[in-house]
Amino acid sequence: MPVLLTLGADLGSTASKCVIMQDGRKIAAQTTIPVGAGTSGPSRAIAESLAACGKNLADMHMVCATGYGRHSMTDAHMEVSELSCHARGAFFLFPKARTVIDIGGQDAKVLRLSGGRLNNFVMNDKCAAGTGRFLEVMAKVLEVETADLAEWGAQSTAPVSISSTCTVFAESEVISHLAVAADRRDIIAGIHKSVAHRVAGLVRRVGAEPLVIMTGGVARNAGVRLELEAAIATPISVSPLAQFNGALGAALLAHDRLLQQL
Amino acid sequence: MSQNPQETPVPAKTLLANLAANAYSDAWEAKKRGEKVGWCASNFPQELTTTLGVKVVYPENQAAAIAAKGGGLGHCEHAEGLGYSNDICAYARINLAFMDRQSCEEMNMPMPDFVLCCNNICNCMIKWYESISRELNIPFILLDVPYNSEFETDDDTLEYMWAQFQYAVKQLEEITGKKWSEKRFKEVRDISLRTSRAWLKAAGYCQCEPSPLNGFDLFNHMAVAVCARGTVEAAEAFEKLAEEYAQAAKEGASTYKGEQKFRILFEGIACWPYLRATSAPLKENGVNVTATVYATAFGFLYDDNPLSMMRAYTHVPNAISVERAARMRIDVGRRNKIDGAVIHNNRSCKLWSGIMPEIDRRIQAELKIPTVTFDGDQADPRNFSEEQYKTRIQALVEVMTENKKGKKQ
Repeated sequence: MPVLLTLGADLGSTASKCVIMQDGRKIAAQTTIPVGAGTSGPSRAIAESLAACGKNLADMHMVCATGYGRHSMTDAHMEVSELSCHARGAFFLFPKARTVIDIGGQDAKVLRLSGGRLNNFVMNDKCAAGTGRFLEVMAKVLEVETADLAEWGAQSTAPVSISSTCTVFAESEVISHLAVAADRRDIIAGIHKSVAHRVAGLVRRVGAEPLVIMTGGVARNAGVRLELEAAIATPISVSPLAQFNGALGAALLAHDRLLQQL
Repeated sequence: MSQNPQETPVPAKTLLANLAANAYSDAWEAKKRGEKVGWCASNFPQELTTTLGVKVVYPENQAAAIAAKGGGLGHCEHAEGLGYSNDICAYARINLAFMDRQSCEEMNMPMPDFVLCCNNICNCMIKWYESISRELNIPFILLDVPYNSEFETDDDTLEYMWAQFQYAVKQLEEITGKKWSEKRFKEVRDISLRTSRAWLKAAGYCQCEPSPLNGFDLFNHMAVAVCARGTVEAAEAFEKLAEEYAQAAKEGASTYKGEQKFRILFEGIACWPYLRATSAPLKENGVNVTATVYATAFGFLYDDNPLSMMRAYTHVPNAISVERAARMRIDVGRRNKIDGAVIHNNRSCKLWSGIMPEIDRRIQAELKIPTVTFDGDQADPRNFSEEQYKTRIQALVEVMTENKKGKKQ
C-alpha cells in the first residue's frame, strides 16, 4: 500500500500553519507563517511545507482546511472547524486528553473530549479579551516581542492588577501603569494573570477534567499557562507542537477520511 | 373562512402577511378618522384595546422590521446622537429614533396619542415608554408585572395586575372616548384564546419528523400573534396554517427545503439584521429549528377567570423564574426531539441573555445535547460576527454528527 500523504492547513486570524502527515502517524513537514487568512500566509505556509518534504500539492491524497480562512482554500478536499481539528490533534498528541484549552489569535475555546471525539465546547464571546491578539496588543505597548513575554513575566516580583477585560481599556490600563513607572515585568505578569482568569471562566463552564491540554500559539507562553494552572487548580500539559495542533488535527482528519473511503 | 370553491385557496402565509400589514393600515385609517391611536408593548394584554376597539401599533414589531430591512444601524446611531446609550435595547433605540424622526423608509406607523407599557418583558421598557410619553407629552399607561422569582405566580400579584388592568380601562375610556363592554371583553378573550391555541398548534407541528416547517417561518408568522391576536381573521389564519402543516406532515412535505439532518432549539430573539446570515449556515448543514420559546411566547392560554388571563401574562419568558425558564426550554426540546441548541447571546436583551449561561448548563445536563452560544443583537447590526457564527455552527454540526454516529453504533 502506498504511503498516504495528508495535508492539514490551519488558516487562522493571525498565523497560517501547515502540517503534512504520512499515514496519519508521522509528521513529514510543519510550517508556520506569522500572518493569517486573507494574506500571503496560507499559500506560503502550504508551499513551504510541501517544499520541506519535496512534494507537490498533487501528491497529497487528501487536503483539509481549518481556521477562519478555511472557506477560501479552494484546493482543500474538506473543511472542518478548528474545534474538531484541535480535538483530533490533541487526542493524537495526548491519548488521555479530556479537556483541551486552545487560545488562538482571536478566540479562546475549551473542548471536552470523549473517547478522542469532540463532545462539547465553549468559546469566548465576540470580544478579543483573553486571546492571542490581546497579548500582541499589550506586547506592542510594552515594546516587547510577544515571544519574550513569558520570560519577562517570570521575573516579576509584584504583578500589577489588570482589571479590564476589554482589550482597548486594558491597553489604557497598561499605559497608566507605565505612566507611573511600574516595572514592565510586573505589568506583563499582570497581563498573563488577566488572560488566564478570563480563560479559566470558560474552563469552569466545561469542567477541567484531567488530562488538560493547552494548544494554540498562546500555549507557548509559560506565564499564561502557569497562571491558568493556578486558576483552575489542575496541571496543564503542553506539546512542543501546540501551535500546530489545529493543522495536525486537520491532517489527521484528512487521513481518517481517506481510510473511510478505502 | 368563506372562500369560493372555484378560487385558488389563499395560503396561510399570505393571509398572515396581509393581516400583519392590515394591523398597521387599520391604525393609519383610525388616525385619519381622528381616533386616538397608541403605541403598545408586545406583551401588554391586547384584550384591553381590542375590546375597546382602540387601534394600537407595536414599536417592537416595527423595530424588528426596520432591523430586518437594514435600517437598524441608522436608527441606533440617530438615537445615540440624541443621547441614548448604546447599552440600552436596540428596539428602544430604533423606536426612539423613529419617534424623533416621525418617519422612515423601512416601515412607517402612526405617531401615538398614548402609550401602553407592560414590563413583563423588561424594565427597560418603562423608561423607554416614559421617554416617549415625556417627549411627545402624551399619556403613559403602565401595567406593572413584578418579576416573579417563584415558579408559580401568587394570587396577590394577579389581583394587583387585574386592578391595574381595570384602572387602565378607565384611563383608556377617558383618552379615547370609547366605552368598555363586558360582553365584548368575553368575545375578545374567546377569540384570543382560539388564536393562541391555533398558533401553538401550528408551532407544535415542529414535533413531527421531518418537521413540516422551517423553524424560521415562525419568526415571520409571529407578527400576527403579536398584533392581531384578538381578531377572528387571525384565529382563522392560524387554524389554516395548522391545517396546512398537518397535511404537509402527512405527506412528509416541509417548507424546509432539503434533508433535515439535525433538529435544534434556537434560543432567544431572532438576530433580525442577520436573518439570512444566521439561517443560511443552518440550512447548508441540514439543520432545522424545531424548537423556540420566543415565537410561541405569544400564545396566551387562560380560562374565563380574569385572574387566569393575568396569570398568562406573567408567563412571558422574561418575567419568569430561572426554574420556569429552564423548564420551558427543556420541555420543548424534549418534545421536539432536538439534537442541539444554538443560543443567541443578545446584547440588546440583558434580561434574556443574563440567565442563559445557567439555562445552557441545565439544557446540557438534562437533554445531554451539545449547545453553542453566539454573540449577536436583535436589532443593532454592530454586535454580530458572521465568521464567528459560522465556525460555531460548523463545530456544533460536527459534534451532532459524531453523536448520531455514536447512537447508531
